Amino acid sequence: MLKLKVNEIDIEVEEGLTVLQACEKAGVEIPRFCYHEKLSIAGNCRMCLVELEKSPKPVASCAMPAAEGMNIKTNTEFVEKARKGVMEFLLANHPLDCPVCDQGGECDLQDQSMFYGVDKSRYKENKRNVSEKNMGPLIKTQMTRCIHCTRCVRFATEVAGVTEIGAIGRGEDMEITTYLEQSMQSELSANVVDLCPVGALTSKPYVFEARPWELKKTESIDVMDAIGSNIRVDTYGWEVKRILPRINEDINEEWISDKTRYACDGLLNQRLDTPYIKDNGKFEKASWSEVFNIIKSKFKNTEKDKICGITGDLVNMETLYLFKEFFNKTLGSYNVESRRDHTYLNPKKRENYLFNSTINGIEEADFILLIGSNPRYEATILNARIRKAYLQNKTKIISLNDVGDLTYPYESLDGDIENIKKITEDNHEVSSLIKEAKKPLIIFGQSSLKSKSAKYIVESVKSFLEKNNKISEEWNSLNTISENASTVGSFDLGLYKTVDGSNEVLKDLENHMFEIVYLLGVDNLKFEKKNEFIIYQGSHGDKGAEIADIILPGAAYTEQNGYYTNLEGKIQKAFKASYPPEEAKEDWLIINELAEAMNHRKLFNDKDELDSSLLNQINLYIEKNKSIKSSNVENLEFKQDILKVNNQDYYYSNAIARASKTMFECKSAKTNLKLTGTEG
Amino acid sequence: MSLRRPSKEQPKNFEFNPDSLEAAKAIIAKYPKDKQQSAVMALLYIAQKQNSNWIPLSAMKCIGKFLDMPYIKVYEVATFYTMYNLAPVGKHFIQVCTTTPCMIRGAYKLVEACKEKISENENELSKNQSCSWMEVECLGACVNAPMMQINNDYYEDLDKEKTLKILDKILTGKTLKPGSYRGRINNEPENNRKTLMDLKNA
Repeated sequence: MLKLKVNEIDIEVEEGLTVLQACEKAGVEIPRFCYHEKLSIAGNCRMCLVELEKSPKPVASCAMPAAEGMNIKTNTEFVEKARKGVMEFLLANHPLDCPVCDQGGECDLQDQSMFYGVDKSRYKENKRNVSEKNMGPLIKTQMTRCIHCTRCVRFATEVAGVTEIGAIGRGEDMEITTYLEQSMQSELSANVVDLCPVGALTSKPYVFEARPWELKKTESIDVMDAIGSNIRVDTYGWEVKRILPRINEDINEEWISDKTRYACDGLLNQRLDTPYIKDNGKFEKASWSEVFNIIKSKFKNTEKDKICGITGDLVNMETLYLFKEFFNKTLGSYNVESRRDHTYLNPKKRENYLFNSTINGIEEADFILLIGSNPRYEATILNARIRKAYLQNKTKIISLNDVGDLTYPYESLDGDIENIKKITEDNHEVSSLIKEAKKPLIIFGQSSLKSKSAKYIVESVKSFLEKNNKISEEWNSLNTISENASTVGSFDLGLYKTVDGSNEVLKDLENHMFEIVYLLGVDNLKFEKKNEFIIYQGSHGDKGAEIADIILPGAAYTEQNGYYTNLEGKIQKAFKASYPPEEAKEDWLIINELAEAMNHRKLFNDKDELDSSLLNQINLYIEKNKSIKSSNVENLEFKQDILKVNNQDYYYSNAIARASKTMFECKSAKTNLKLTGTEG
Repeated sequence: MSLRRPSKEQPKNFEFNPDSLEAAKAIIAKYPKDKQQSAVMALLYIAQKQNSNWIPLSAMKCIGKFLDMPYIKVYEVATFYTMYNLAPVGKHFIQVCTTTPCMIRGAYKLVEACKEKISENENELSKNQSCSWMEVECLGACVNAPMMQINNDYYEDLDKEKTLKILDKILTGKTLKPGSYRGRINNEPENNRKTLMDLKNA
């Protein structure tokens, strides 16, 4: 510990901190532009100058290591004069266009010039003009405003792992640019908008939409992938204007993926705003009581076994729980399933479908094996963590398949399942790597869980890990990247019919064994409709609504309170920021009212009762599951097979993203780039 | 110092010729393994020499690949240093020093001469496409001020008349003897003076 003084107050800080961090520990705020906790130190904005005893010149506190016995002063006239000087230089070339700048109201330069700015400019020369750069459909540039803090350059190189942004020229002529004149080849690119302390890089879809002080801010959870990134939803009336990240060091740190941030304009398009009934192939508007009556008579006249329910990818846990209750209690049917494809699932133990090492644990890992996964698209934030781990510890990473650029180097095997056999039979170089590693990380991706050999791959690797003591209380190296925001929640709530890994409901559905199919927000189902009567409940007129006979308009994730369990098994609550359009209702309310229409009894009296019942159920399940001993699946059958990694359509993976104009632009920007072959 | 931009007309490909390649390898060999990126400045200079005194973007890409570093990093270096030319220059590339000592001794007269004989603006090719000129910072020959550099040679102790003569010859394709144009050997004192003893207040 170091003892030092900040403004005559004695404090003790641990070694390795900078003067700026020490000052923050002492509760003193230091103005800064270039310094950022998550990025390397640049020390080029000079705004963080402080006075240091025995130093004749002011010191840039962000780049100065704290040392024993330092006497730091931040509130003297000397410091203020120095900072005013720096600010005057920064403002010399900065345009006075705050009234038309999107950063206005949340601009670091604007805020700090209130303290250190001089009211008049002594600068008589012409201001510098810098040409705009094309950075794709997400980032709008106004480079005249740039103050050369290089945060964006450092973010792109360090966190995103794409060295595409750089600072060219020097002195006054320095410019930030990408040489590509294209969008950044990263799914994290739009984070530079948050990082930019001025209005040089602003959000293109949000341009001139609103001022920050007009927006209602709601802290919530993202549902675009299974990570459960913490977000802030900014709304203006009904409209969700933008989505920003919230800091959660355990999950997304400070970043969110481009899909999380920009799919929100899909919440305004293609919405289902009133119940519909299909009549002669055309949808007719209807009232709630009409559709409930039809559904009621249909259910009454159909055998229980001929009814099935499938749940979707963005549904919150309250609704899932209620849906299951509705089927089990009101209808007396057990054909409820949450998987829309033949994904392998062994639900006996909770760890079988979780990311057990936790996202923070990735940084501790000393060996990573990816099996049938492209984490860059399946879980962008998680991939950024793997990159961070690689940069910090030079973690060795091996992937069963060559999946292209993951932003960090990795060795790839040829994708043959034979490799898995050899590894688990202790007959492969990877086996010894796993055994020697203290904290290995084995990650199953969706492609491995959906392959025909899924059972063999997962269970043989699991028993190999157990044999070698890699699954224990301290470190569980078994990890699965779940597909969607509701995947883990659905499994926790038991939304599957069989426990042997197969998906019987889907099999029966494909064989057209059901007469009524209730789709709860299901849009990714590959299914040829025959004579089934399909009820679709959801927020968007997407693939599910297309095949439906009756549509119940529901709410999207920003329009209702709802719990989601992320891939690590953390339960988080998404809060209501807006409200469903027109006649649409919150999802739990629809099912509850439908239950009431069916037999004059609500399943739950109100949301609170539902919430507490749900949380009880989950807590009980988790407690009970802890004590279950894991049992190995015997007699695994090995079949020759090559595992292929299917890159999911990243920008089009769910109904909200498909309705989003921005996501469409991103997608076409990307495909165009592939066609011209200008990359690399 | 003006803003330097890469030329709009760029050759498609660039590859080191055998001589340059050998020189590049010799330089890379000076650095420890995995630190080959330190050679980027020397390699840019080799590329500039090979490609008639300027560096096309394709050469930066080539160097990036050669040193296993991102293209943008090479681009940053090339745009930072003023002695890398990013656009074509004349076969005879004239650099006039206008830093203080030369300026006091009449460097702007040299610039005038260049404007008359070669082109109105800096970095513009002469009518016969063989020459271009630019103002540069100190070239380290202040004792022989004013001076200019043509390709690799220094022409010193100039005035406007002498410069005009030199430029005339250069434009017709002849090369001249470099060095002092007031008859000095290197930077010896003028008037055959060997010491400062006979000078008052020296």
